[in-house]
Amino acid sequence: MTAKIKPAQGSPYARILGVGGYRPTRVVPNEEILKHIDSSDEWIRSRSGIATRHWAGPEETLAEMTLEAAGKAVADAGITADQVGAVVISTVSHFMQTPALATEVADRMGAGKAAAFDINAGCAGFGYGLTLAKGMIVEGSAEYVLVVGAERLSDLTDLTDRSTAFLFGDGAGAVIVGPSDEPAIGPSIWGSEGDKRDVIAQTVPWDGFRVGDVSQLPLDEDGALKFPALRQEGQTVFRWAVFEMAKVAQQALDAAGIAPEDLDVFIPHQANVRIIDSMVKTLKLPEHVTVARDVETTGNTSAASIPLAMERLLATGKAKSGDTALVIGFGAGLVYAATVVTLP
Amino acid sequence: MAVTQEEIVAGLGEIVNEIAGIPAEDVELDKSFTDDLDVDSLSMVEVVVAAEERFGVKIPDDDVKNLKTVRDAADYILKHQS
Ligand SMILES: CC(C)(COP(=O)(O)OP(=O)(O)OC[C@H]1O[C@@H](n2cnc3c(N)ncnc32)[C@H](O)[C@@H]1OP(=O)(O)O)[C@@H](O)C(=O)NCCC(=O)NCCS
Repeated sequence: MTAKIKPAQGSPYARILGVGGYRPTRVVPNEEILKHIDSSDEWIRSRSGIATRHWAGPEETLAEMTLEAAGKAVADAGITADQVGAVVISTVSHFMQTPALATEVADRMGAGKAAAFDINAGCAGFGYGLTLAKGMIVEGSAEYVLVVGAERLSDLTDLTDRSTAFLFGDGAGAVIVGPSDEPAIGPSIWGSEGDKRDVIAQTVPWDGFRVGDVSQLPLDEDGALKFPALRQEGQTVFRWAVFEMAKVAQQALDAAGIAPEDLDVFIPHQANVRIIDSMVKTLKLPEHVTVARDVETTGNTSAASIPLAMERLLATGKAKSGDTALVIGFGAGLVYAATVVTLP
Repeated sequence: MAVTQEEIVAGLGEIVNEIAGIPAEDVELDKSFTDDLDVDSLSMVEVVVAAEERFGVKIPDDDVKNLKTVRDAADYILKHQS
């Protein structure tokens, strides 16, 4: 017989309750990037807006950075670590494929036996994690969820590649998502365009070193094997980001029933100031909307960029708790995720 | 109805004005986008997409590199418009 199954009891809605970030101590100016590529500070600033980025040292592992960010997010949310029921970490730079980074973080932060897993959704990772967390809370399988974007992209950067060497940075950004009586996270407009999976990708798969034809592997000038790195078709990505992502952002606003005038803050993935400026123009965001431009001093930190930018806007008073913010992430896959949230 | 070269140049003038802030009348056939009109490689991507929409042509990334002058772009659009 089909017995009646008792479902979990969730909260009517979910919201971001707290945010925290960690930026590595070492600040890397454009001058340092210029040691390896033929470029200029002026070119880098004009094409990307980036002046400095943070690169992690040996002690600043993904786990250490995440624990710092998570601790701050937990405190900001006014909960204790043992209340966290699930840990979701988006990363593309965790080099230990198994076990997931999230299990170490759950254990060491004091989240006990919280469900813990990593996701790989590139620069859309924060929005993907947020969407999962909202689902868990509303469905009732977790009360509080830690969502993290953590990256050491400097480990995946080819310092001699002119189209990426100046772009990437390291860091971790975290939020606690929990129950709410009011809607505080709008519908997710998320998706993938796998036909464009080659436009941002790792140069060689890890098993290329084992089974691959050596002639296919990247070599440096001295003929030594190069560690895999991220490569991209810059113009193709730029075109996609500027035009397709403005449409996705608009859909997220429409789905949440928010007009540009109702918006306080815009936090797009921090890939490039030129992409951000173009989106602001296309979306016709009014003057009063605060726009995150954290990329100028943080570089592109993939999944970490949105929570890092969110934390800085709140910490510097440029945004405040209760503000309505449009967030959109996009990147390797290609994947994207946009939604409207109430800031913690 | 196919548009003329003159209409295309006028249209490109409005697009360049919108994206780079250059007066539309400065956009003349023999001007180079990057050297004369302050349109860098990324602004050029924006110009191209605006032109695609306006003139109903497809300009793939690989062809964008060949559009150095306003004449190059106008000729491309003339040749490829449906
Ligand atoms: C990377 C990016 C800044 C490169 O800019 P671009 O305009 O596309 O660069 P191109 O490769 O087309 O090169 C344009 C010109 O700049 C030069 N150039 C390229 N890289 C350069 C560098 N690092 N320094 C100086 N000049 C450079 C080229 O030689 C070329 O010069 P030319 O016209 O005289 O031949 C840009 O494509 C970009 O930001 N794209 C989006 C990337 C992104 O955000 N990815 C992550 C998404 S999650």
